[in-house]
Amino acid sequence: MPRMTIEELRAKRETVRKGIYLREGEFTCRITIHMGTCGIAAGARAIVSTFLDELEKSRRKDIMVTTSGCAGLCSKEPMATIELGDHPPVKYIELTPEKTRKIFAEHVLGGNAVPAFALGIGSEKGG
Amino acid sequence: MATARIEVMLCTGTGCVAGGAFRLKEVLEAELAKHGLREEVSVIPTGCNGFCGQGPLMVAMPEKIFYGWLKPESIPYLVEEHLLKGRPVKKLMFTPPEKKEPIPLLSEIPFFKKQRLLVLRNKGIIDPERIDDYIARDGYTALEKVLTSMHPEEIIEEIIASGLRGRGGAGFPTGIKWKVCRNEQKTPKYIICNCDEGDPGAFMDRSVFESDPHSVIEGQTIAAYAIGASHGYIYVRTEYPLAIKRMQLAIQQAREYGLLGENILDSGFSFNLEIREGSGAFVCGEETSLIHSIEGKSPEPRQRPPFPAQVGIWGCPTVINNVETLATVPVIINRGAEWFSKIGTATSKGTKIFSLVGKINNTGLIEVPMGITLREIIYEIGGGIPNNRKFKAVQTGGPSGGCIPASLMDLPIDYESLTQAGSMMGSGGMIVMDEDTCMVDVAKFFLQFTNDESCGKCTTCREGSEALLEVLTRITNGEGREGDIEFLEELGQAIKDASMCGLGTTLPNPVLSTIRYFRDEYEAHLTYKRCPAKACKNLMAFWIDPALCQACLICKRECPAESIYGEKNIIHVIDQTKCTKCGTCFDVCPPRFNAIKKISGEPIPVVERGIPVERKKKAPVPV
Repeated sequence: MPRMTIEELRAKRETVRKGIYLREGEFTCRITIHMGTCGIAAGARAIVSTFLDELEKSRRKDIMVTTSGCAGLCSKEPMATIELGDHPPVKYIELTPEKTRKIFAEHVLGGNAVPAFALGIGSEKGG
Repeated sequence: MATARIEVMLCTGTGCVAGGAFRLKEVLEAELAKHGLREEVSVIPTGCNGFCGQGPLMVAMPEKIFYGWLKPESIPYLVEEHLLKGRPVKKLMFTPPEKKEPIPLLSEIPFFKKQRLLVLRNKGIIDPERIDDYIARDGYTALEKVLTSMHPEEIIEEIIASGLRGRGGAGFPTGIKWKVCRNEQKTPKYIICNCDEGDPGAFMDRSVFESDPHSVIEGQTIAAYAIGASHGYIYVRTEYPLAIKRMQLAIQQAREYGLLGENILDSGFSFNLEIREGSGAFVCGEETSLIHSIEGKSPEPRQRPPFPAQVGIWGCPTVINNVETLATVPVIINRGAEWFSKIGTATSKGTKIFSLVGKINNTGLIEVPMGITLREIIYEIGGGIPNNRKFKAVQTGGPSGGCIPASLMDLPIDYESLTQAGSMMGSGGMIVMDEDTCMVDVAKFFLQFTNDESCGKCTTCREGSEALLEVLTRITNGEGREGDIEFLEELGQAIKDASMCGLGTTLPNPVLSTIRYFRDEYEAHLTYKRCPAKACKNLMAFWIDPALCQACLICKRECPAESIYGEKNIIHVIDQTKCTKCGTCFDVCPPRFNAIKKISGEPIPVVERGIPVERKKKAPVPV
């Protein structure tokens, strides 16, 4: 890296800022892929990679991709839950990379759930 | 590289490194590779996280889940459960003492909750070895701002208006120091960063170097621009290898980016920075000694005035600022003096870093607003005193400071209040003591340190510390004489009055402040040959309470002096002629028996040998 001018430093800052968003970012959307043993066996790892790929392409920095344990419906794995803003969470079942890409485009980015792939809207009550 | 979904912020400050953090990193990376997670999960080594008592530790982002006391054996489970399957591992989280449920989130842990981070704004969030991480967190924006839109005098006015005072201990207004230096006609001028942190139990400066070296470089470059210096030194003790390594790397990276060196950011301003390692003499923290040390002379202080800002290194005007002071500068430039001066008390603005050590549950590094009370620090952030003991006093300001007793717990902490209480801010060490700490012994400990570290130039410091130490040693040995306390007070005051540098003028503080607040303890040692804390070995003894001893043989086996008589079912007895008072028996006696007692100032109860243990019959189990 050669010595910089002020403009170059500013441009540099914009670029590198994206690299640390996980540590300080505010998130508007949370994608949870259920990764119990059942989920992993059914192919949940590929779903994680697909979401991460799509996230990278979208260049959005306010979306969190995370994992959690078995959702309790092992026969419908791989599953993912999308929590977007104030909307109730949506659980998607029997995911494939193709379905995942469609969900990412329409629900995560577009704000419209994809009922065809969804188990239902909302989550069970805890406690 | 694909987007990672988790970043593991692994603390690699000196404390955690000593606890095996680099080994953890290897294991962690190997486990991630095993699960094919290297792309999805990044491991980021950071500087000191602050919660050193929990180290080695890590924080998993973006959820900010805190894991402490990690061992290589726990990593495979952690990787599989949390990093792969997304199930945070409860047993590795922080659980406050006497609580059952762990607190998963860093932001919810009381140790972190009450802190206000300005200087440590990047701790645990950036990789200190990557300049890009610092830049991403608005690093070097303050430098940009001063080089493009501020005249040096405006910067100085801003720093004066902010109320920033030296964080090295004395609390001199930073902006005034800069102004004096700027107004000097002679050139060249120099700026020195003082990282000769020498107080026992203090590690603030080291941690700033290790966790965010660029914040110091940026602050020092701004200071150089303000006073008109083109060359600077960083004076750091050689015992801080990791801090030195990270600072060297940071200077090199800043140079490559054009943030140091000739024509910085194409502004026409040039500034070169180099590291000078000191070999760790305490007196080198004093600014004139520090200058002598860099010049290659014997590190003895000299008379001031002239102050270094007028006649400093190589006879030229020189500003010497502490690490923390310089790291605060970019924050003030970015957010403004007005914003900064709203934090703190009337005379002390901003935040201060303290290293919280001693008899306290949560040891570590904290940054808090000035004006916070000791109670908040000790009970809320520090989590109180371990083992249900009572808080007795806290030593602030290291060996130059004094003891502040529990009765002043609600004192708002700032430069003035601490001085009034007979202590000082110092660099920010805070050593917490409980009821088992003998205050005369504490004064003796600090005097041993300053007596060793006195450079010997002033008679009062060299010989006076020796005389103080001699009397204190006598008192703790039970050989105190009438008049000793008065002698300590008089000599202490004389040393303060007649010594030249900060070392001599403050070294009697631990003695004078402990006499001020704990005179009864001194009197107990003198008059009754009793150590109220039962800590002075010559004035106390261990004995076994026959009513509590269950003859379990543990103390007998562990006693290194073989001074315990006892057999199975026969009550144990300590042979006082053989006992070395090492305290091993006291530590190993099972808490459910609690049979070993300390005694001081009264005759040791005589227990005959050969008494069998009376065991209570167990109550029959109801059917």
